[in-house]
Amino acid sequence: MTARCVRTLSGSLQLLLRNRWPKPPPAQYGGRHTVTLIPGDGIGPELANHVRELFRFCCVPVDFEVVNVDSTMDSEDDINNAIMAIRRNGVALKGNLETNHNLPPSYKSRNNLLRTTLDLYANVMHCQSLPGVRTRHRNIDIMIIRENTEGEYSSLEHENVPGVVECLKIITRTKSLRIADYAFRTAREKGRTRVTAVHKANIMKLGDGLFLECCKEVAGGYPEITFDSMIVDNTTMQLVSRPQQFDVMVMPNLYGNVVSNVCTGLVGGPGLVPGANYGEDYAVFETGTRNTGKSIANTNTANPTAMLLASCLLLDHLKLHAYANMIRRAILSTVTETRLHTADLGGQGSTSEVVQSIMKAVESTGPRTLSL
Amino acid sequence: MVQVPTQFDVLVMPNLYGDILSDLCAGLVGGLGVTPSGKIGANGAAIFESVHGTAPDIVGLDLANQTAMLLSTIMMLRHISLHDYRNKIRTACLDTIRDKKVLTEDLRGKSKLYLLSCAKNAVLMSRYCSYSSFSTDLRSYLAMLA
Repeated sequence: MTARCVRTLSGSLQLLLRNRWPKPPPAQYGGRHTVTLIPGDGIGPELANHVRELFRFCCVPVDFEVVNVDSTMDSEDDINNAIMAIRRNGVALKGNLETNHNLPPSYKSRNNLLRTTLDLYANVMHCQSLPGVRTRHRNIDIMIIRENTEGEYSSLEHENVPGVVECLKIITRTKSLRIADYAFRTAREKGRTRVTAVHKANIMKLGDGLFLECCKEVAGGYPEITFDSMIVDNTTMQLVSRPQQFDVMVMPNLYGNVVSNVCTGLVGGPGLVPGANYGEDYAVFETGTRNTGKSIANTNTANPTAMLLASCLLLDHLKLHAYANMIRRAILSTVTETRLHTADLGGQGSTSEVVQSIMKAVESTGPRTLSL
Repeated sequence: MVQVPTQFDVLVMPNLYGDILSDLCAGLVGGLGVTPSGKIGANGAAIFESVHGTAPDIVGLDLANQTAMLLSTIMMLRHISLHDYRNKIRTACLDTIRDKKVLTEDLRGKSKLYLLSCAKNAVLMSRYCSYSSFSTDLRSYLAMLA
């Protein structure tokens, strides 16, 4: 499409065509990728170590640049270093950074700062029922696409009158179109047939109304995909009674947080679901529900599945699909066949036992170098 | 809430989260047909209503589950301190559901609204009514309908 053609189109379509699909960074230094690793707080550091151990075992051509971020410090130097490292490498694997809400309002959430600075506008979570995990509902396969940079997480609050706080929820046309387009493109790529927009436009007529309008506008360009919308309270009720009806869901930030946590609970818990944050130029991978797990830190009881599956998503993003599939198969065989489960799934396995089992599963598939 | 809902006792929260969580919990306990609610004001004024909406798609079809409205009434009776009546209706209502013989479609039964209502009345009457012949008549009427 020439520049002149793009200029004659309507504003929203221009925007969509200008948005590029995130490209993986090129490999450097002899075919090895460098990925920023932010261990985070709580169970983050031990899970990060397991990822490195597994990658070393599987001879994955990825080197980690570890950037530690101290979330207790007031200064933003640490997180700015991390952001610079991600800008340099293009990709990151991240543990959650704790946001202590006893700190003053001037202290911004480090995770939020990272997402907004790097404009990681799409948070994608794929919640699937796993055969070896006992849950109330079966056959769940929901893809949740959550707007990641605006909405209720804009950190814009003020108290003009003592005791009366106003919190601004920002919804913009640009970002709503962008996330809607991302959702529909993803649905098309993955062969999904239905996209549901989750909103509360009956109450927030301007804010969520704009979001819904943008989704409807984008839906017009994807005739093969069914589009419908559902109010967020009805959505959560349907999720706990009949979750199989949902396919792809797109929503603003806060509803995304709630719905993704509900779906994670439905498929087995926060230890199982990975999450990915995509921007135009960068991608950051982490556990789906972004838990710090402070109470189980350093007890060797955390479920490593979510972080390891996130590292598989990272490998897919770097186009190292063979390694990704090999590790993913091993992880899923440990969860579903061997049924070595950690405490959160009702088992007695420790984190290191699960990781050892995954490595054994990888070993049993054959040699890991050259033939890949 | 979806993994271990029994850990929670009383939850207090702002408006939006309450909207989301109340519907989520309603889904966990059986749906909107069994969830009552009450809105209590600072001056003692209170409105009790079921959580569900107007359900225009099932109007006139005798399919609605009246349990939510009935349980809201029970909440109202407690609010105005009519505990005796409240206990009677509550026992009748919960016993009918526990028996599982007469349930509406949303609770995976096959009965219509009218029958459910009669069943509750029958339980109520058989327990508390001193006119035993009246309750016998009602039971035989129910048997004829079923």
